[in-house]
Amino acid sequence: MPVSNVNSRQMWRARLQQRTWPVLIDLAVFAALLAVLGALAAVARYWFSAAVPAAEISRSPRALPLYAFYSLVRMATAYLLSLIFAVAYGYIATYSKRWQGVMLAILDILQSIPVLSFLPGVMLAMVALFPTRQMGVEFGSIILIFTGQVWNMAFSFYASLQAIPRELREASRVYRFSRLQTFLQLELPYGSIGLVWNSMVSVAGGWFFLMACEMFQLGKRDFRLPGLGSFLQSAASAGDTGAIIWGLVAMIAVIVLIDQLIWRPAIAWSDKFKFEQVESNAAPASGILNLLRRSPLLTRLRETVFTPLAERMYRHYAQHPAAQPEMPDAGQGTASPWRVAAGYASAVVLLMAIGYGVFEAFRTLRAVTSAELVVTVQAALATFLRVAVSLIIASAWAIPAGVAIGFHPRLARIAQPLAQIAASVPATALFPVILLGLISLGGGLGTGSILLMLLGTQWYILFNVIAGAIAIPSDLKEVADVFRFSTVQRWRTVILPGIYPYLITGLVTASGGAWNASIIAEYFHFKGTVLSTFGLGAQISSATDSGNFAVLLLSTMVMATFVVTVNRLLWRPLYRLGETRFRLEN
Amino acid sequence: MPDPLIEARHVEKYYAQEGDTRIQVIAPTDLAVYPDEILAVLGPSGSGKSTLLRMLTGLSAPSAGQVLWHGQPVVGPCENVSIVFQSFALFPWLTVLENVEAPLKARGVAAAERRTRGLKILDTVGLDGFEMAYPKELSGGMKQRVGFARALVVEPEVLFMDEPFSALDVLTAENLRGELLDLWSDKKLPTRAVFIVTHNIEEAVLLADRIVVLGKNPGRIRTDFHVSLPRPRDRKNPFFEQIVDRVYKVLTLPDQAPAVADIAAAGPANGSAATTKFQMLPHARPGGVSGLLEILADSTGREDIYKLADELAFEIDDLLPTVEAAAMLGFVTVSEGDVEITGAGRAFVESDVLQRKELFRTAALEHAVLIRQITRALEKKANHKLNDEFFHDILDEHFTEGETQLQLETAIVWGRFAELFDHDSNGKYFFTPEETAAAVNPES
Repeated sequence: MPVSNVNSRQMWRARLQQRTWPVLIDLAVFAALLAVLGALAAVARYWFSAAVPAAEISRSPRALPLYAFYSLVRMATAYLLSLIFAVAYGYIATYSKRWQGVMLAILDILQSIPVLSFLPGVMLAMVALFPTRQMGVEFGSIILIFTGQVWNMAFSFYASLQAIPRELREASRVYRFSRLQTFLQLELPYGSIGLVWNSMVSVAGGWFFLMACEMFQLGKRDFRLPGLGSFLQSAASAGDTGAIIWGLVAMIAVIVLIDQLIWRPAIAWSDKFKFEQVESNAAPASGILNLLRRSPLLTRLRETVFTPLAERMYRHYAQHPAAQPEMPDAGQGTASPWRVAAGYASAVVLLMAIGYGVFEAFRTLRAVTSAELVVTVQAALATFLRVAVSLIIASAWAIPAGVAIGFHPRLARIAQPLAQIAASVPATALFPVILLGLISLGGGLGTGSILLMLLGTQWYILFNVIAGAIAIPSDLKEVADVFRFSTVQRWRTVILPGIYPYLITGLVTASGGAWNASIIAEYFHFKGTVLSTFGLGAQISSATDSGNFAVLLLSTMVMATFVVTVNRLLWRPLYRLGETRFRLEN
Repeated sequence: MPDPLIEARHVEKYYAQEGDTRIQVIAPTDLAVYPDEILAVLGPSGSGKSTLLRMLTGLSAPSAGQVLWHGQPVVGPCENVSIVFQSFALFPWLTVLENVEAPLKARGVAAAERRTRGLKILDTVGLDGFEMAYPKELSGGMKQRVGFARALVVEPEVLFMDEPFSALDVLTAENLRGELLDLWSDKKLPTRAVFIVTHNIEEAVLLADRIVVLGKNPGRIRTDFHVSLPRPRDRKNPFFEQIVDRVYKVLTLPDQAPAVADIAAAGPANGSAATTKFQMLPHARPGGVSGLLEILADSTGREDIYKLADELAFEIDDLLPTVEAAAMLGFVTVSEGDVEITGAGRAFVESDVLQRKELFRTAALEHAVLIRQITRALEKKANHKLNDEFFHDILDEHFTEGETQLQLETAIVWGRFAELFDHDSNGKYFFTPEETAAAVNPES
């Protein structure tokens, strides 16, 4: 009797859970939607309010929730813009054979230009566009964040499109998929894993530069936007340790929250787009994603709104066969005359724009003295040295640590999540704390900037080395065990060649990151003064501050040239070597 | 004879090179697909059979000539054809049912009808109950069933198949072939003709009403004949074996089209080879050639190639290049689908490893143009080193990029075995090793 009683009670409870659980999920989803609507209204009100380019930044912790919200909106908007731009750019570069080369070269160069170099142009344009509304300043800041995020995403999507297996492309063509269907069922899914991972890297980069993007001087004009970045920056300027810690805690909280609420589900979701023939055993999982999938509200929304809409679009495109992608190797000659004319016209406009830009650039550059040129090149060399040293230091600890983690799954289970959280904390947020320490030790920014670069870039090396060490086949490790390789031999014949391609990828990313980070690492507003050291980054930052566009343009060009040259002459050959010689094939 | 469904008229494929030269992949070819037939296209690798399939389906435009679909010229993918791919080409992120529905979606079929048609065709190919599975959860055979279902769901007039069974294990392939034939015989396939590309001769004879055999370099039709054996066909049936034998004979017949001009006659240093055809090294390894010679020497010395392939469980793509290489080196002769070992071949078998290398070296220098060219070119250089590009430039005039690569790779393996030259894959250059330089050119 008591047994059955317990049973029935359990059953009753289970049934209650079954019935209430979906309702709870729905309530949560509903609340979330309401919150989003409310947030949108708040943002709209703020954007359309009168322009306050230099807001008074509070240092009270009570301001933090609102500031965090503002920063989050900026980041989210910039990220969405980046996503759309990256997909469009990659798509156009793939299909437009004529522009492909140019578009890739542009990406290569833009990627090497630090955020601050875009600042004057973007800010002045936006403020001129919306002179009376807060929107202008806000958009300026958003576009700055955007310029720090978008390039690698565009590269990733383009590379994915290039890598689509030939037979999948042929299948979508022989079954007469429309452009839309090809995009939705082949191209976007194939590119999504790369996009998700690059999005994470990009957004982390966005946090890194948030302080620079929310608070800066442009000649005599002061720009201060309420947000987490400006909070930390002004706390640092005032040397307010309490506020710095509050700001840090808030930022880490936001980052961890985003990781759990957005990136985890996104990774788990994108796993289904993995192009693999056999199921792997360890698929990433996310509780949030499972909850969302179980929500009846979202299911109904999909069934009644999205599916019929998609159906209608498919039907429309099916009935308009003109929307089919063309044969890549077909005899061209189908281009209509006005399309050709439009092509020429746009080419002419583009050339004129470029010509004007070059002309303007030269006019600006005329103000540069030869002494300034020499100093700039010297500064570039100084920064180059710093980047090199920071890479060496990062490799010195990250390679052994990464290999150790990769070889010991149990260690990996503990260390990897910790390292991920550590990596997601933007180094800039830690700058003030570290600077405080450095100054109390009597050091300056000369060596300190290397430390700051290191903070931002070592993770790229660590994570890539871990991935490489995991990928080394266990039979190779066993060979080393069986033949009793010495430690040196083990490293030279098994470990280093095995992780080589991953290590190079990590180093390339880290070096790009270090160059970009130099604009913050070498020049910092702290306790009411400017701490700076000799270097190209410092030169860019101070030129922005003082509104010296000639020097800004010059140093930007020098930096882009340096980065692109190092990429071409050093990283690309090394990378190719990894692709050919050190590739582990089965 | 009924009107053809799809007809190729003088289609050819070539890649124009700099100057007037071009690489001919497929020579002008006529081929038609008629209703109610299974047409099998057989050919060694490099004969352009997949290219031909892609031109007939409209996936790839011919360089010259035209493809007609019901008498209408084809531009872009044909309206009502399907392809079953060697690699299945399923979308891994779509379920089985979604994969099958995708072509219907492209045609604007309503959701409900899509579902019924998709489920029905999945039922036909024996995939009941798997509609919600993802491709990666299925075995290879199951995946190809999805490939068939996706191809058939649009009721194509012609079902094209590009080596559909070659990625599957032998038993699974046999099973799927049988089921396909049953469906075809019972008129359950919603298609009017089947066009299958294969390099498996038995598969072609088992399935086809008509067999087209392609030759290579450039690809062209060598023979086109009907198979009137009643179905189901039995491999042990003497008529079956006769047909297989016949195909082998055609395949091993020396290339009669623009005869392999021997530029040896014109002297090795003569570079005016642009107009003559360049001798192609068969993609065979010296080890394979030795193995073949040993088998021949152990038996009567003469073997039917088909029997040989059958015993070794080889497909023609594996065996033919080895036979060709042995014939090129003068170790065997090939006639009427039989391969016979020569005196030189016997001498090779009876030698020890070092002597074998010597014999191989002599034969390769005498008969293999590319090997001779590389060796001579290296001799002429003071430092006995030459970049890859040098040879790429020579070969690019005659072969496609991929084939040039294969030619050089084969030459490297031969050169290493013969100890004539070696290759540094890091520096990307050919070189004569020290001892060899002395051995080939004594006292120099």
